Amino acid sequence: MKKRKSFLAFTLMAALAVTGCNFNSGESSSQSPEPNNNGGTTTEQPSSGKKVLQVFNTDEIPSLDSAHVHETVSFTVLNNTMDGLYRRDQNGQPYLAIAEKHDVSADNLVHTFTIRENAKWSDGSPVTAKDFEFSWKKVFKEAGHYSFMFETLAVKNAVAIEKGEKQPDELGVKALDDRTLEVTLENPNPLLNQLLSFPTFYPQKQEFVESKGDKYGLEYDNMLYNGPFMLTDWKHDQGWTYTKNPNYWDAGKVKLDQIDGYVVKDAPARLTLFEAGQLDRIELDSSYVDQFKDDPRFHIIETPTIYFIRFNHEHPVLKNKNIRKAISMAWDKKGLTDVILNDGSSPLNGLVPKRFATDASGKDFREFNGDLQQGSLEDAKKLWEQGLKESGVTEVKLGVNAADTDRSKKIGEYLKNQLEKNLPGLTLELKNVPSNQRLEIEKAITYDLSLGTWGPDYADPMTYIDMWVTGGSANRMKYSNPKYDELVQQAKLNTDLESRFKQMVELEKILIEEDVAIAPMYQEGLAILQKEYVKDFVYLPTAPTNNYLWVDIVK
Amino acid sequence: MGAYLLRRLGYMLVTLLVIATATFFLMKMLPGTPFNNDRLNDQQLANMNAKYGLDQPVAIQYLKYMSNLVQGDLGDSYKYVGRSVTEVISERIGPSALIGFQALIVGTLVGLALGVTSALRHNSLLDYTSVTLAVLGMSIPSFIFAALLQYYVGLKWGLLPPALWKGYEYTILPTLALSVTVIATVARFIRTEMLDVINQDYVMTAQAKGLNQRKVIIRHVLRNALIPVVTMLGPLAVNIMTGTLVIEKIFSVPGLGEQFSLSVIVNDYSVIMGITLFYSFLFIFMVFIVDILYGLLDPRINLRGGSQKG
Repeated sequence: MKKRKSFLAFTLMAALAVTGCNFNSGESSSQSPEPNNNGGTTTEQPSSGKKVLQVFNTDEIPSLDSAHVHETVSFTVLNNTMDGLYRRDQNGQPYLAIAEKHDVSADNLVHTFTIRENAKWSDGSPVTAKDFEFSWKKVFKEAGHYSFMFETLAVKNAVAIEKGEKQPDELGVKALDDRTLEVTLENPNPLLNQLLSFPTFYPQKQEFVESKGDKYGLEYDNMLYNGPFMLTDWKHDQGWTYTKNPNYWDAGKVKLDQIDGYVVKDAPARLTLFEAGQLDRIELDSSYVDQFKDDPRFHIIETPTIYFIRFNHEHPVLKNKNIRKAISMAWDKKGLTDVILNDGSSPLNGLVPKRFATDASGKDFREFNGDLQQGSLEDAKKLWEQGLKESGVTEVKLGVNAADTDRSKKIGEYLKNQLEKNLPGLTLELKNVPSNQRLEIEKAITYDLSLGTWGPDYADPMTYIDMWVTGGSANRMKYSNPKYDELVQQAKLNTDLESRFKQMVELEKILIEEDVAIAPMYQEGLAILQKEYVKDFVYLPTAPTNNYLWVDIVK
Repeated sequence: MGAYLLRRLGYMLVTLLVIATATFFLMKMLPGTPFNNDRLNDQQLANMNAKYGLDQPVAIQYLKYMSNLVQGDLGDSYKYVGRSVTEVISERIGPSALIGFQALIVGTLVGLALGVTSALRHNSLLDYTSVTLAVLGMSIPSFIFAALLQYYVGLKWGLLPPALWKGYEYTILPTLALSVTVIATVARFIRTEMLDVINQDYVMTAQAKGLNQRKVIIRHVLRNALIPVVTMLGPLAVNIMTGTLVIEKIFSVPGLGEQFSLSVIVNDYSVIMGITLFYSFLFIFMVFIVDILYGLLDPRINLRGGSQKG
C-alpha cells in the first residue's frame, strides 16, 4: 500500500509544485497574524484594556491615493485616516480642520486658508499648503476618477483643464507660503466648506509620494496620514488595522486606541461573526430584519439613497405626461417598502429624500413640497385612460431596464404585478441585465422605463436637482426644460442661502409635479446591528458615511 | 520522450495563445468600461480612456497586450489603481491553494478509503451507506455544508473560528467544507472502477495463482482502478486550488476565487485576462502532468507513441 500511495502523493506534490511559489507566501501570510495575533484563540476583544472597535468592510481597499479613490471602502479608510481643510462634525456640518482660518474675498471668489501650526503628518512633519496644491493638481495630471468634484467645487480652470484647453498647473489653487493656501473659484459656491471635507481634496506630501513612486497608497507604510487614525497593518483582501494617530492635531477627541477592520463579503457570515463577538457593528440583510427588530442592538438608518423610475421622454406614449403620472401613481409604494423590501426603506414622494436637508429654521426640505405625484387609484386610472386617448392607442407594452440584482428583480416583479393589474392595456417586460449594461442602456436612452438610483455627492439638495439639467451626465433620458436649467444655474450661484433654498423647493416642484420627469419610488433604509457598548458611531448621510473619530467603547 | 515533451510544450503555448486571443475579444464585447461610475461625465470618461489607451481600436489594444504578455507583463489592474495583475494574483493564490491542497488530501484519503471499502464489501450495508454518503456529498451544494459547519462548529459549539483568516486554525472549516465534494467524487470513482476491475480475468488469474487477497487488491485492482481517478484528479486539483467563490466568500478567505467574478463585473480587463491565463496555464499543465503519470501507473501507455495520438 505504501509504495502505491507514493503515486498519489506524487500527484499531489505535482499539483502543489504548480502553485508552489505562491503557496509559500500564502502559508506565511496565514500563519503570521501579527500584529493582532490572537494566539490561536477565537476570543474577540484583546483584554489589555485597549479600546478596540471591530468593523467589517465589504471589499479590499483598491487604493489609498486620494487622487484616484472612487469607491466606498477607500473613502471610508481615507476619511478616518486623513483630514482636509474642513471636516464634518457629528451632524455633517463642516468645521475647520487642517485649516485654522478661512478668509474670503469680497466677491466670494478668492479663499485664503491658513494651515494650522500643529497640523502634522504621521511622520511628525508639518502639513503645508504645498501638500494641498500638489495633491489637487495630481488629480488632473493622473486623470483621477473624481476630478469632476473640482467642477462641483467650481475651482478656477477645472473645466478647461478637463477639456484639455488648459494645463493642470493652471488649476485655481496656489500655496502662497508653507501655511497659506489660496483657492480661486470660477463663481461663488455656497457649498464650498462642506465640499472641502471630501477625500479628493485631501493633501499629499510631495517628497513622500515621489519617494514611493507608483506604489504610493498601495501598502499601509506607503502612506502618510494626517487624520485621527493611521493604518498600522493591511493584509490584502483580508483586513487592516487602524491605530490612533498621536500626531493628529485634534488627537484629544479620539477615544479609540485601535480599529480592526475585516473584509467580510458574505452577509450571513457578518451576522455569524457579530454573534461570535468578532464584529461590533454590521449591516443586516432584510431577511433577518423580522428576527432582530425587537433586539436592543437593532437600529434603522434612513439613508439618502433614492430609487426612482426614469422615463424615456421620446417614447411615443411615455412622452404623454398623463401616462407618466398614471404609472407613478398606480402602485402601492408602502407595499414595496414594508412587505417586499422590509429593511427600513420608506416611500418617496419627491426628489429630495427626507432627513437630508433643512432650511435655516430646521424645517425638513421634504415638508415644503409635501407628497408630490399623489392621488387615488381612481385618479391614476382616469389619467391613464385620458393619456391613452391622447396618444391614440389602447394598449402599450413597455420594457423595464433594471440591474440583475435580487433587489431590482423583486422591485421589477412587484411593479409589473401592480401596474398591469391597475392600468388596463399596460404590459411590462422586465429586462434585468448586469449593472454595467443597465448604465450603458440608460446612457444610450434605448429603454422605455429604467429603474435608477442616486446617492448624494454632498449634503445639499442640489446634488439631486442638478442631475436633470439639459445634457447633464446623470440626466440620461433627454429631459429638457429651459426654465428648469435657468433656475438651477441661478440657485447654484446664489450665496443667499434662504432664497437659494426656496429656489430648490421650486425646482423640485417643477421636475416632479409639473413635468413628471421621473417617478420617485422609495428612500433606502439600512438595518444595523450594533453592540451596546459601542457609543457615538457617526453615520453621515453622504460619503464617506462611517466616521470613527468620536466612537467610544464603554464596557 | 524528449521530443514528445517538446511537442507537448509547443501545443501548450499555442493553446494559451488561442485562449488569450479569444478571451481578449470576448472581454471587449462586455458592456461598459472599467470606469463604470455613473457620475463621470463624457469628457472625463474620454480623458480616462485616453490615459489607459482604451480609446484606440481593439486590434491595436490587442497587439499591445500581446506584446506585453510575451514579455511577461500582465499589466496593471484598473480597479486596484496602480497594482499589477501579477501582484493581485500572487497575493490571493496562497490562501486558495492552501485550502484547496488540504481539501484535496483529506478528500482523496477519505474518498479512497470509502471507495475501496465499499467495493470490497459490495452490496453490504457498508457499501450502501458509503454510496448514500457519496451521493449526498455530490448533490448537496458545498455551501450548505459550509453554512452548517460555520453555524454549528464555529458559532454554536465554538470549536473553531467561524470565519476570517488570522491563523492556521482558520483554514480548517473551509478545508472540510471544500473536501466534501472531493470525498464524494473520489469514493464514487474508486468504487465503480474497482468493481469493474475486480471482475477482470487477470484478477481471477491472480487469485487463482494463490496470491493473497491483499496483494491482489493493491497490485492489480487498485493500480488499474487509479487511472481514471488520476485523470479526474488533475483538473479537480486545479479547480479546487485556484479558489472557490462560494466557500471563500462564506469563510472570508482572502483567496482568488471571488476575484475573478468580481473583475468581470467591474470590467477590470487586465485582471480578467491575467486570471484566465493563469487558470488556463494551470489546467493545461495539469493535463500534461496527468499524461506523464499514466505512464508511471500503467506501463502499457507508451508516451513515445504520442505521435499516434496527434
